[in-house]
Amino acid sequence: MSTEATAAAHGTGDARAAFREITHDIAWVAENPKVPKAWYGALGVGLLLLSIGGYCIYHVVMTGIGVWGNNNSVGWAWDITNFVWWIGIGHAGTLISAILYLMRQGWRTSINRAAEAMTIFAVMCAGIFPIIHTGRPWFAWWMIPHPNDMHMWPQFRSPLMWDVFAISTYATTSILFWYMGMVPDLATFRDRSKSKIRQLVYGVLALGWRGSARQWHRYERAYLILAGLSTPLVLSVHSVVSFDFATSLNPGWHTTIFPPYFVAGAIFSGFAMVMTLMIPARYLFNLKHIIKEEHIEAMCKVTLATGMMVGFSYSVEFFIAWYSGNEFEQFTFLNRASGPFWWAWLSMVSCNVLIPQFFWFKKCRTNPWIIIILCIFINIGMWFERFVIIATSLTRQWLPSTWSYYVPTKYDVGVFVGTIGLFLTLFTLFMRFLPSVAIAEVKNTLPEAHAGKEH
Amino acid sequence: MDTPDNTSVENGELYGVLAEFDTPGALIKAARKVRDAGYTEFDCYSPFPVHGIDEAMGIKRTILPLLIFGGGITGLLGGCLLQWYCNASAWHWNVSGKPLWTFPITPNNVPIAFECTILLSVFTSFFGMWILNKLPQVWHPFFRLDRFAKVTDDGFFLGIEAKDKRFDLAETRRLLESAGALEVEDCNLDPDPETRRMPIWLYGFIIVSTVFALVPFALIYRARASHSKEPHYHIFSDMDFQAKVKSDTAFDMFPDGRANRGEIPGTVARGWLEDDSAYWRGLTQDQGGEWITNFPAQVQITPELMKRGQQRFNIYCAPCHGYDGRGDGMIPQRVRKAGAGALLPRNLIDPKTGVITMPNGQVFNTISNGYNTMMGYSAQIPAQDRWAIVAYVRALERAQNAAQGDVPADKWNEINGATP
Repeated sequence: MSTEATAAAHGTGDARAAFREITHDIAWVAENPKVPKAWYGALGVGLLLLSIGGYCIYHVVMTGIGVWGNNNSVGWAWDITNFVWWIGIGHAGTLISAILYLMRQGWRTSINRAAEAMTIFAVMCAGIFPIIHTGRPWFAWWMIPHPNDMHMWPQFRSPLMWDVFAISTYATTSILFWYMGMVPDLATFRDRSKSKIRQLVYGVLALGWRGSARQWHRYERAYLILAGLSTPLVLSVHSVVSFDFATSLNPGWHTTIFPPYFVAGAIFSGFAMVMTLMIPARYLFNLKHIIKEEHIEAMCKVTLATGMMVGFSYSVEFFIAWYSGNEFEQFTFLNRASGPFWWAWLSMVSCNVLIPQFFWFKKCRTNPWIIIILCIFINIGMWFERFVIIATSLTRQWLPSTWSYYVPTKYDVGVFVGTIGLFLTLFTLFMRFLPSVAIAEVKNTLPEAHAGKEH
Repeated sequence: MDTPDNTSVENGELYGVLAEFDTPGALIKAARKVRDAGYTEFDCYSPFPVHGIDEAMGIKRTILPLLIFGGGITGLLGGCLLQWYCNASAWHWNVSGKPLWTFPITPNNVPIAFECTILLSVFTSFFGMWILNKLPQVWHPFFRLDRFAKVTDDGFFLGIEAKDKRFDLAETRRLLESAGALEVEDCNLDPDPETRRMPIWLYGFIIVSTVFALVPFALIYRARASHSKEPHYHIFSDMDFQAKVKSDTAFDMFPDGRANRGEIPGTVARGWLEDDSAYWRGLTQDQGGEWITNFPAQVQITPELMKRGQQRFNIYCAPCHGYDGRGDGMIPQRVRKAGAGALLPRNLIDPKTGVITMPNGQVFNTISNGYNTMMGYSAQIPAQDRWAIVAYVRALERAQNAAQGDVPADKWNEINGATP
């Protein structure tokens, strides 16, 4: 099949060859018996980090969160920082799959499937942290309202309950949207399967999809509406996450700018992560003609734009702290830049405000090595942004008697590293076993999709 | 692949014909032609949604958006109802005295109502789409044709079912060929009807897995409906069983096997010597003493002390003995109402019960250590307050057994004038 398809693609000029080529090149990622060595390398690193994290989570759960560096003043530290960081990364996937779909940005089709997968895996990583942070994660289900002997009900006016509902709705919606988009491509995998086991697994997952026009009609409606629903949802999720801080009275947290500021930061970090993942993947799996250079370039431009929004938010925060005349607010912001965590603040500003400026230059938007390095810096910067907001604010609250410092322990680091391993493992498995590019959607954007039509 | 011989009945009943087209444009033209010829039981199949085919085939707009709207409204109302029930009805969750609920929704409850709206809309979109599309459908006759595998790759197909009123094998084939089909193929149902049924093992699997899925719920129900002598199962026992000994428990480190370390014999804690027997115990002396009849020197009878005694009496004594001391407080009243034959509290003011003639020291001792079913109050009431209560009880007795001559002459006229 493969040689025939390739020959057809390059030999004859018929319109269907273009479709065959797309099908083959994307399905081949999952069918090629020769898996690139780098794939095994990535999976191995992922599993190694995952096992480190697994051990650390086991230790934290069995012993208690006292093994973390959190203390009386800094009750939220790496755990919540990582939670917000991962959730933010997930948001770019929804932005690409839903918002760019509504804006009819055709280039999104090459990356939306992988970006959606990234969303789901990032939300899974994020969810680990607040659950462990409860201290007794086996009681986490108490947050779900249910009749019980204690006649106890959740407190729905608490932003932490809003979090529970927002994150679980977001995870559910992302998974359903992702799976629904994948069904026609799983049918492609099913129809190409040679082995019994692949036929069975992909056959069950494809639900008997047969590309009927009457089914496509309802499918497209549902897809459009899901995109429409995901758009306000993704904005609400990071707004709710920012409410965890904004509804408190802490200086540095109690600000109205938080929801838009958090959403912009989320998209910024998410696009950086998509590029960190997709640039190696397109080389590794020969998808360079599908995930094209101009797609990467467009993502660099989005990253530049959102990075400037984030930088603008930083300056507005400083301005408002001065303009408010509130001495506690003023102190908090001066402390961020000049207090004991000045290095965290400096990392944040240089990675998030200065680094993206390189994307003004076309050379930086086209050279994969430069892009990857810049994107990794942006991800580090966005992690520091959350750290600065959370830990730095908590080390210097109202009363000098509560002032303290925060030092992470190896278990703080270990759990975080573990979630990176989980993410890497899931993403590598996804690239190999599921349609990593939306086959049907890419075909739909080809000029050949309109072949033979009268105009 | 060999084309099956369609004329033979052994190949099974005819399901319909499937025509393949070269381009999306050709498919649209053919669809329009088939529709114009009056066919209704036909469908087009393509690897991606071909735009313009809905109009060519005459597909009506789906009602899915309406269903999703309904799902969203249900989610909104459900989200409001859930929060209202949990925080304003089942459990009145007071947050800084703010209203429990304001109509139609309290601002703090908006985020969750919004998320519920989205969630139910998403469920309706996802499940509604599959249900309207009659998927999952494991089996379809066209899957029997090898050619049809191309539908998820590069094939554009138009299938007309034999059950269509206008269907005529030769006529329909000719129509499709004239519409520009690359190939027209007949599709027969499998002669063996068994292949079209769901396999028995699948039924078995569904039944068995459903039964197994109910097992945890059955266990939970059993646990809730029955009693067990076994202690709770502790997964993480460190909170219930901590590395310390609690009071009044066994502990084998000490010879007496108790966790408690009692008082050391011959010692008294600071401030607890209580060597004044009159003040602390109401006795003239501890060994072979008599009840004191007056008050100890530390207790000065003042209006403040009487007020204090009245207030303490009304808190600690009145529930049983009544505010007037007649032994008819709230508790004996309820005991009588319930018809229970309990030992009723003593009437403090009736001379027949003998409280009046008790020395002050004995009344103090009764308050401190109890009598019959009355428990001692020395733990709750400090000694000074117990003496204040004794003074107030004396006042009650005097007031309730007063003669006319006890009232001063100038007050007597005042009372008489006030009484009709």
